Amino acid sequence: MGANQALPIVLGYVPIGIAYGILAQKAGISPANTLLMSVIVFAGSSQLIAVGLFAAGVPPLSIILTTFVVNLRHMLMSAAVAPYLKCWRKVELAAFAYELTDESFAVHSARFVSYGPNRAEVFTTNIIAQAAWVLGTWLGIMVGGLIRDPKPLALDYALPAMFIALLVILFKDRVQIAVALLTGILAMGLLLAGVNQWNVILATIVGATLGVGIEKWIKKSSS
Amino acid sequence: MDQKVIFLTILGMALVTYVPRLLPVYFLSSRSLPPLVVDWLRYVPVAVLAAMLFPSLLVEEGQVALAPSNIFLWAAFPTFLVAWKTRSLFGSVVVGMVLVAAARYVFGS
Repeated sequence: MGANQALPIVLGYVPIGIAYGILAQKAGISPANTLLMSVIVFAGSSQLIAVGLFAAGVPPLSIILTTFVVNLRHMLMSAAVAPYLKCWRKVELAAFAYELTDESFAVHSARFVSYGPNRAEVFTTNIIAQAAWVLGTWLGIMVGGLIRDPKPLALDYALPAMFIALLVILFKDRVQIAVALLTGILAMGLLLAGVNQWNVILATIVGATLGVGIEKWIKKSSS
Repeated sequence: MDQKVIFLTILGMALVTYVPRLLPVYFLSSRSLPPLVVDWLRYVPVAVLAAMLFPSLLVEEGQVALAPSNIFLWAAFPTFLVAWKTRSLFGSVVVGMVLVAAARYVFGS
């Protein structure tokens, strides 16, 4: 329990963590600071972006601001799981929020819909996931330049494949499928139009709103 | 850059990452939300996943990529089928990765 849910996350996190560890060393970030970021920031894509900014000598405040924008989507995820966590204590909520990532959110929201939140399962998944992230980081620092091209292993497909499966599990009705298609296309359109860091947040807000609209419209026309 | 400056920057990053993660779940979970908001939030998981997935499958270097060389896109169909038939997260991930690895091996990209 919990460990099962964490397995696909681990498959995705270890290789990305290794990539992050390697790149952080190349950017001149000390091993201690590299590990610290994985422990206290724990947000993969923003960490990789930050490493690029450190390497380019971007001022600290700009790095912090970019991190804020890139990670703002977690706010929507946090709001989306909130209704399921009514009976949790504040300290449990604080610990849960600390390890809320795209992947843990995706796994949990699929589980909450069908089974409700189980504290032991949720925290087991989260702790294993972050341990995998920190372990990957550490491996990246250790093996650094020794790793040859990891591309033949297709580790970079772990997360897209996981998102596909989670979407399928979340498809409970046709409106959900329509929302996924519309939001996905909108996120692409925004990206192609040059909206780099806000595209996921903007598309999600519009997509969820369309979902509610479609739902109301169906109810109205069938009554 | 000085390691001390990097250290302080990381502290700032941690703060601006944690606060948006914390605030909604901390303050919204204890109150009942209007039904319309609850309805809206039910669509967020599917929407946010699709918003992250579609660009990763369909956009390469700022262009829509429908070419046969876009392995990520073509591997998505069998992965979808496996997920649909089995509902297994792990099984779908393994099938997807094996397909991409095999395609890279065969076509040498």
